[in-house]
Amino acid sequence: MAKQIEVSDLDAYYGSHKAIEGITMTIEPRSVTAFIGPSGCGKSTFLRTLNRMHEVIPGAHVDGKILLEDQDLYGPDIDPVSVRRTVGMVFQRPNPFPTMSIFDNVAAGLRLNGRISKSEAEGIVETSLKDANLWNEVKDRLNKPGAGLSGGQQQRLCIARAIAVSPAVLLMDEPCSALDPISTLAIEDLIAKLKNDYTIVIVTHNMQQAARVSDRTAFFNLAGQGQPGKLVEMDETSKIFTNPTQKATEDYITGRFG
Amino acid sequence: MTMSPAVITRVSFSRRLKDRVVLGLVWLAFAVAVVPLISVLWLVIKNGIARFDLEFLTHSMRNIGARDAGGGAYHAILGTLEQVGLAALISVPVGLLTAIYLVEYGQNRQLARSISFFVDVMTGIPSVVAGLFVLAFWVLVLGLGYSGFAGALALSILMMPTVVRSAEEMLRLVPNDLREASYALGVPKWKTITKIVFPTAFTGIITGVMLAIARVAGETAPLLLTVFSTDSINEDPFNGPQMGLPLYVFDQAQRPNVTAVDRAWTGALTLILIVMLLNLVARLIAWWRSPAKGR
Repeated sequence: MAKQIEVSDLDAYYGSHKAIEGITMTIEPRSVTAFIGPSGCGKSTFLRTLNRMHEVIPGAHVDGKILLEDQDLYGPDIDPVSVRRTVGMVFQRPNPFPTMSIFDNVAAGLRLNGRISKSEAEGIVETSLKDANLWNEVKDRLNKPGAGLSGGQQQRLCIARAIAVSPAVLLMDEPCSALDPISTLAIEDLIAKLKNDYTIVIVTHNMQQAARVSDRTAFFNLAGQGQPGKLVEMDETSKIFTNPTQKATEDYITGRFG
Repeated sequence: MTMSPAVITRVSFSRRLKDRVVLGLVWLAFAVAVVPLISVLWLVIKNGIARFDLEFLTHSMRNIGARDAGGGAYHAILGTLEQVGLAALISVPVGLLTAIYLVEYGQNRQLARSISFFVDVMTGIPSVVAGLFVLAFWVLVLGLGYSGFAGALALSILMMPTVVRSAEEMLRLVPNDLREASYALGVPKWKTITKIVFPTAFTGIITGVMLAIARVAGETAPLLLTVFSTDSINEDPFNGPQMGLPLYVFDQAQRPNVTAVDRAWTGALTLILIVMLLNLVARLIAWWRSPAKGR
């Protein structure tokens, strides 16, 4: 189920502005890869190129190659909708569908992508909510609105919604930045559990979090204001946080940046 | 620079005075806005209640002499419901699809900008001009004659920009997060719009549509030119002159005797009640669809 991602020489643009430049990396399956770096360095932009969400923004486009197990995501006849079905995403702010109940939120991806039977939906909703460590908290109120949950629960609901369509890769764009420490811990435990089945990529501003949850870490940086962001280095998380090769990485993780 | 330490004081007299004065002004403005509304309602109810009876609701004006009491507005009520219904049937789908194009697909393209411009222009069209247009084009050039449908065409011209503008505003209020969440699940754009964006904006859109209906239900001038006017019941909106409640009020109010003027007041009351009833129904639909219901 989990798949490897190979990125080679990727540039991403907003209109004529180049946001990231020359990114080449390999993201291993069944592991957690963390992206760290200062604000505006293009980590989120890069993350969004991995499931072709980048091009949803008017004027945005991408140059380069991303292989998901030998399949070029930016190939000429690839349907971006099918890419997003394979590469799921969890956003910074929890965004459950306000018109839907908890159950319908989790089932949304399946239902909107085609007819499925009620019993089938019930089974998938239950396993997804269990995988997202939310089942025990919501099993008695599945038909209540998803927006009525707390922020941390909403975020786990969004994770359940994302894994319900069984993607090969799960992208997380600062999934804990709007949450309190307890909810953050719940999500981090969840990430540790999910990596057995998925390829997980997480963008985070919290370096302790990157150190706690990830197996490999990529450090992004930009040369200056208005310059495109670049990948500085990528390695085992333990190596990045104890003995990075680049001076910039060391400055950033020790807080001596700038 | 040294700063003097802050001292906690009482609210000064002048600030309290200003607060009182502004509060008074706000209440005054409120009264100025509400007094005409109450007085109109009061006058219409007081004068209209006398003839608000079963005969009024079930009979037309056919064979009612100039000085006769009795008679009713059944033909006008029927006409208004059919004309407004047809107008809504034309303008709501067109208006909603236009709004969806503008918000979801337009993206500041030339076409979207010009549509937006012409919707603004349409908003400013005086209702009598819409009536004249249908009279000139539908009734005279195409020779299709006066009918309830011609009236509905004129009303739909007036309704469309209101529907477009209100639906557009409501669709823009839907957070982009929701669209992205849906895309990220691998849901195609058209399904995202029909299953996520539209239901989220539904309550607001219904309210906008109802306002548009309420606005055209009271139009008189375009109906005068397009449905003509009749004292008899004409159930077929596609054939021959019809009546409408605003026309009925206009017609009765200019007759020189008390019985007719009473009927005009009751006609006005009926129109207000119909619009209020529609609003109530819209509220019920909105409440029934509201996500907060189950909380």
